[in-house]
Amino acid sequence: MSIPNDHLVDMYETMVKIRRFEERIREMYFEDKLPAFDIAAGLVPGEMHLSAGQEPVAVGVRPHLRPGDAITATHRPHHIAIAQGVDLDKMTAEIFGRKTGLGHGKGGHMHLFSAEPNFGCSGIIAEGIPVACGAALAFKRRDSGNVALSFFGEGAANQGAFHESLNLAALWELPVVFICEDNGYAISVPKSMSTAIPDNSDRASAYGIPGVLVPNNDPVAVYEVAGEAIGRARSGGGPSLIEVKTDRLWGHFEGDADLYRDATYKEAMTARDPLTTFGRQLVDEGVLDEATIADITERMHGEVEAAIEFALASPYPDGADALDHVFA
Amino acid sequence: MTTTTERKLTIQKAIAEAIGLEMESDDSVFAMGEDIGVYGGIFGATEGLLDRFGPERIMDTPISETGFIGAAVGAAVNGLRPIAELMFVDFFGVCMDQIYNNMAKIHYFSGGNIKVPMVLMTAAGGGYSDAGQHSQTLWGTFAHLPGMKVVVPATAYDAKGLMTAAIRDDNPVLYIFHKGVLGLGWMTNNPRATGPVPADAYEVPIGKASIARTGEDLTIVTVGLSVHRALDAAETLDDEGISAEVIDLRSLVPLDREGILASVGKTGRLMVVDEDYHSYGMSGEVITTVVEGAWGALTRPPVRVTTPDIPIPYSRPLEQWALPSVDRIVAAAEQLASA
Repeated sequence: MSIPNDHLVDMYETMVKIRRFEERIREMYFEDKLPAFDIAAGLVPGEMHLSAGQEPVAVGVRPHLRPGDAITATHRPHHIAIAQGVDLDKMTAEIFGRKTGLGHGKGGHMHLFSAEPNFGCSGIIAEGIPVACGAALAFKRRDSGNVALSFFGEGAANQGAFHESLNLAALWELPVVFICEDNGYAISVPKSMSTAIPDNSDRASAYGIPGVLVPNNDPVAVYEVAGEAIGRARSGGGPSLIEVKTDRLWGHFEGDADLYRDATYKEAMTARDPLTTFGRQLVDEGVLDEATIADITERMHGEVEAAIEFALASPYPDGADALDHVFA
Repeated sequence: MTTTTERKLTIQKAIAEAIGLEMESDDSVFAMGEDIGVYGGIFGATEGLLDRFGPERIMDTPISETGFIGAAVGAAVNGLRPIAELMFVDFFGVCMDQIYNNMAKIHYFSGGNIKVPMVLMTAAGGGYSDAGQHSQTLWGTFAHLPGMKVVVPATAYDAKGLMTAAIRDDNPVLYIFHKGVLGLGWMTNNPRATGPVPADAYEVPIGKASIARTGEDLTIVTVGLSVHRALDAAETLDDEGISAEVIDLRSLVPLDREGILASVGKTGRLMVVDEDYHSYGMSGEVITTVVEGAWGALTRPPVRVTTPDIPIPYSRPLEQWALPSVDRIVAAAEQLASA
């Protein structure tokens, strides 16, 4: 493994930021919804899908990204958006439904769109996969050297859109990398009950493209595999499929009683929490020391708090602003 | 201007010409769809374009409507101006998510920061016994869903100008052409399907109805092939001393409500002719527009001639009975004008 230390530190910092962001959203989500849970109430209404545990998939890709690279993500988009560098102030404001948000409050947490960095996500399973192919088609046509990355869950790999997209990408040799975040569960349905084969990475062979499995939730392994796939795509070598075995530490959405995963499963997840594991690894390898970790933690938490303050200080849109932006 | 308005084209050739001209002047414009290359499009909308622009810009696709319409969305978001062809509008069932949840919503969700400049063109309409999965019009279904413009040309001049405007538009535009007006060699055509078309590029503004025929006694609001049915009916009615005004909406979204109200304000009588299904559709919307905006001008309750709420049947007598016909329009107009 030859990862520059600055990449390792950057990946760790980003993991800390993502985790802190998700923890704070979670806190604020529940603040004024309890004791009687009301999904419509409070600072952050509606469904909320948080990504704690899935950080490695996002941060492992981050050092390979260049300006203009496109990402399409899912209903669980925060870790990927943060890793790509989407403006955290505007993203938080969007989640809070404020006028200053990425979409002026029109989209909310499942519909975050940014022109630079080039990010989009969707609440519909597998909807973003064909879109990444189109972005890649545009890059190829322009010979821009950019790549498109599509993140999606293992549940999405059973959608037609996934298979149509892999075929299109292989057929047209598009600079796109498909990254399946296998967190084991499509809401409550385990992969073993939804998917005919254990590893979606094997499905790449049906389309004649490379498919690589990252068998553990390791940011360094993601870094290496993604680096190869992104490099291949950037240099005209066509698409790849990566599947990363990751963990969704919390429920599908906040408020999910999560009764479909037993205590043993959850304890095992906690024991292998990638944030703790990666931090310990970097200390063991001498990349970081405890003091640096404390400093990183303070800085990243500070960035998250600043974004929250920005969002809290931002006004709500007027009701009739709802009529804007239907058409350009 | 060096153009001559004497040159006549079919609607099919007018569409292909508009696409070709825009592809010449803007290298971000390209087309993708099933059988649009060597075949030139099942309905000829890309006829001759593969030879001129090559397979990179006239892209035959696999039968993967979700995949390639979604890819068109991604390409549009990333600086290209795609024209995607959905071969028959009836096929929307396999790709509607990309159309109404994605293409039509990204601009809104992004608060206006991300544009989706693409055209989704598709063939619609029945009358040739192709049965219920290849004969629908469905424009009302799309017009109901916010975020996309819905264009339906009825003349060759409009077909070219509306396609040019659609390609240049920064919004997603659903461009629906009725098979019965295209001027295809293998389908009965209304003679008006061929008309004068200037050779240069020009735009017909999207959202402005045209008065296809002026009249005094009643207003017929319609779109697509039914414009020609209504014009044929108007000729018969003229012989009977009934003067019908025919409004060709040209687009359902935006809907030219002012144009409708102005005409009904003059005639006081409204008929809507729509080949789409009877209920919850364009006919209801047009009538509601008049009830809300020109109630006092109405001298008679509005009427509509539509396809009843049934799947389009196959057998010739069944289908011909179901679709709006010149005879049905004439009969309804005679009643409407009689009081």
